Amino acid sequence: MIVADRKPIEEIIEYIKDANKVLIVGCNECVTVCEAGGKKEVGVLASALRMYFMNQGKDIKIDEVTLERQCDHEYLEEIRNIIDQYQAVVSLACGVGVQFMSEKYFQTPVFPGVNTCFMGVTEERGVWSERCQGCGQCILATTGGICPVSRCAKRLFNGPCGGSSKGMCEIGGEVPCAWQIIIDRLTALGRLDDYEKLAPIKDWSKERAGGPRKVVREDVRQ
Amino acid sequence: MNPMRTTRTDSKLEKILAAGHLAVTSECGPPRGSDAELIKKKADLIKNHVDAINITDNQTSVTRLCSLASCIHLKLMGLEPVLQMVVRDRNRIALQSDILGAASFDIRNMLCLSGDHQKFGDCPQGQNVFDLDSMQLLQTVRQMRDQGKFLGGDEIKRPPRIFAGAAANPFADPFDIRVRRLAKKVAAGAEFIQTQCIYNLDRFEEWMKQVRDRGLHEKVYILAGLTPFKSAGMAKYMKNKVPGMDVPDEVVKRMAGVPKDKQAEEGLKICIESIQRLKEVEGVRGFHIMAIEWEEKVPEIVEKGGLYPRPDPAAL
Repeated sequence: MIVADRKPIEEIIEYIKDANKVLIVGCNECVTVCEAGGKKEVGVLASALRMYFMNQGKDIKIDEVTLERQCDHEYLEEIRNIIDQYQAVVSLACGVGVQFMSEKYFQTPVFPGVNTCFMGVTEERGVWSERCQGCGQCILATTGGICPVSRCAKRLFNGPCGGSSKGMCEIGGEVPCAWQIIIDRLTALGRLDDYEKLAPIKDWSKERAGGPRKVVREDVRQ
Repeated sequence: MNPMRTTRTDSKLEKILAAGHLAVTSECGPPRGSDAELIKKKADLIKNHVDAINITDNQTSVTRLCSLASCIHLKLMGLEPVLQMVVRDRNRIALQSDILGAASFDIRNMLCLSGDHQKFGDCPQGQNVFDLDSMQLLQTVRQMRDQGKFLGGDEIKRPPRIFAGAAANPFADPFDIRVRRLAKKVAAGAEFIQTQCIYNLDRFEEWMKQVRDRGLHEKVYILAGLTPFKSAGMAKYMKNKVPGMDVPDEVVKRMAGVPKDKQAEEGLKICIESIQRLKEVEGVRGFHIMAIEWEEKVPEIVEKGGLYPRPDPAAL
């Protein structure tokens, strides 16, 4: 899933303070799972904002809605009939949803309500960690299913560096060394000899470096 | 010791190694400013006692005068620099371009490194590049030199003639792959290796045994890395705070067991004893003495280690 984290409320207040009517839009997908932008978080944020503006003696109406997704036209269309009433929209979707809404409702200011962080997993409730950076050319087959691009702080293809210590990365903060895991995994699979194969120089043109990316599938295109 | 092969570059370091002499290298860190005199002064202190001088590349991610410019200063003094290059700060365009820049001054040695994470330095909020890793940088130098081709495939006019080196840490985790990792660097094109500082000599010798078992000592020149302790505090710091460093308790105890004003002397003694012991290890082809901000002690270490005088490469 795409993992996001809540923005400080002060930042959101700053975005919307001049509006009279604000819509907070949640998303029922990834940000619900990572408890940053689902229906529950929309409710919590809306209440906190109402309380803040009431204390300030400011009359701002704050409405709530949570869509199935914000990255598909059909769900974003559900608010077409109401969106013009609002001077500001706060989207609690990931950056993808915020942008898609901005593109669709070109006259309405849409503000991000979360910081979009990474593609990752739920390690346990309240702990999410990164697994993929969408580099566009998956090499997991050669690294025992563990990704050095997203999980090594130096994205080394032929790691580990000298900073790997007792299974942990030199950057600290309890970050496991990806290459320790890769080696453990190759060992468990009886494939440690594969470690000695030199990984070729990466084609970063399939990644962010190549500019905004697009997948076009003629076979499913209508 | 038999010479392993004929030389492939005009590197003085390679020449000395190929002739079967134990080589001696050392390193100097460039200043945090633009005064080149500081680096020249450091080099002056050691120039008669070493064959080549490594110049570090923004070590610990702290911004400094660049390695390439420092190497040029050394070259202009008639010395033999080893250009350290990390892949943290430059993409493949900049790396290849700097290799050519170095070659244009006939800088003939390069050490290919990953580089510490920028988190440790003065720009922790900076981007890191890691377009290539250290092994791919080795491959790049070798391709540029041996095939005369850029990574993009175009021909290089006057290809760089650079002796390519890499670092190895016999002590880092995971220990099981330390020798495999060296094999990988050799396969990537490393011709010489400068190791991490050695304090655990037993463990280093065990690693060297595994290196020999795979015949790697015949394929790459291994220079044993040594850093003298200045104090017991430094020994404790290296033991506890520096990742990938193996300082046995007895070494820390030995440092702490002498009065403060004698600790520096004891540190030098340990270093010299290490040289004497490691000289006898088959496959050790020289020493890389990293006397951090203590360059003035390098001559004493080299002399007492029995590595002086240095061979004259012109006579080889």
